[in-house]
Amino acid sequence: MPDSLPSTVQDSPPDIVLRVVSDVRYLAGVREMVAGVAKRLGFSHDSSSHLALAVDEALCNVIRHGYQQELGRPIWMKLWPLDDDGEYGPGVCIVIEDEAKQIDPAKIKGRDLDDIRPGGLGVHIIRQVVDCAEYAPREHAGMRLTLIKRLDGPSAQRARALTQDCGGMACGPTQTSHPAGERADQCGPAGGGQ
Amino acid sequence: MSNGRAEQEGGDIAIREHQPGMMVVSMDGEVDIMRSPELQTALQDAINRIKGKGAVVVDLSGVTYMDSSGVATLVRGLQLSRKKGVGLVLCSLQDRVRSIFEIARLDTVFPMASSLDEAIDAASAV
Repeated sequence: MPDSLPSTVQDSPPDIVLRVVSDVRYLAGVREMVAGVAKRLGFSHDSSSHLALAVDEALCNVIRHGYQQELGRPIWMKLWPLDDDGEYGPGVCIVIEDEAKQIDPAKIKGRDLDDIRPGGLGVHIIRQVVDCAEYAPREHAGMRLTLIKRLDGPSAQRARALTQDCGGMACGPTQTSHPAGERADQCGPAGGGQ
Repeated sequence: MSNGRAEQEGGDIAIREHQPGMMVVSMDGEVDIMRSPELQTALQDAINRIKGKGAVVVDLSGVTYMDSSGVATLVRGLQLSRKKGVGLVLCSLQDRVRSIFEIARLDTVFPMASSLDEAIDAASAV
């Protein structure tokens, strides 16, 4: 695991460990679980939904690209709540691991958003809706994705910005700004990111 | 599927002809990697049923969740509609769904309307 991981994650077992097989039928259930837990850890409705979206996109990527849609392969999701007094401040850390083929983390990137075409959005979305998304090869097989979302980190601020102006449906295309244009690609303690 | 409604676990999808040359695709529930193929089939069906000028309105008022596979499906629909010279308008997006388009910077690529009536008016002008 990267050095920048919260000490809570390095020093203590996760509060939740979920093993799910590579099958898209289970994604909705995982989303509901993640969103429900996030709400109870203090995240807003929007931030909870975004965290569930990040996990959903990550699991989709494992199933589609990692396991090439092969059914029944293992995926593990571990969750740690982050304390108020930790180096990241209050929030949550989720680690997703698989036994799929290993790839160079530097090659995991979303497509150029100006290139309007289907696909290639999952990694971009993940990086927009959490404060840290870091891929690394596991020691023996597979990949590990570490997600950190802070209660009031940049991603939570982006979530507020995305919904506060429009109220959703009334916001026309010309009124839309792009708070999503800024993102936190690099994982690091809360002090540098606020 | 002709003016039909396909009921699937997780929501419904329906296609209806609002008027000649104007198809409305409505979907409910969550549009994720499991349900995106249904949306793709419905969009293709609706677009292909328009002969000559016309438009497809995609009513997303009942969609509570969409992931990147759903967005990608709509991008494919938009590309097909443009290829065939048919308009495509999204309407009534819930906040959670709209935010995905904004994150993907696709909110300015798709014509969007706040209601079905507004979308039909906009599509009629295509």
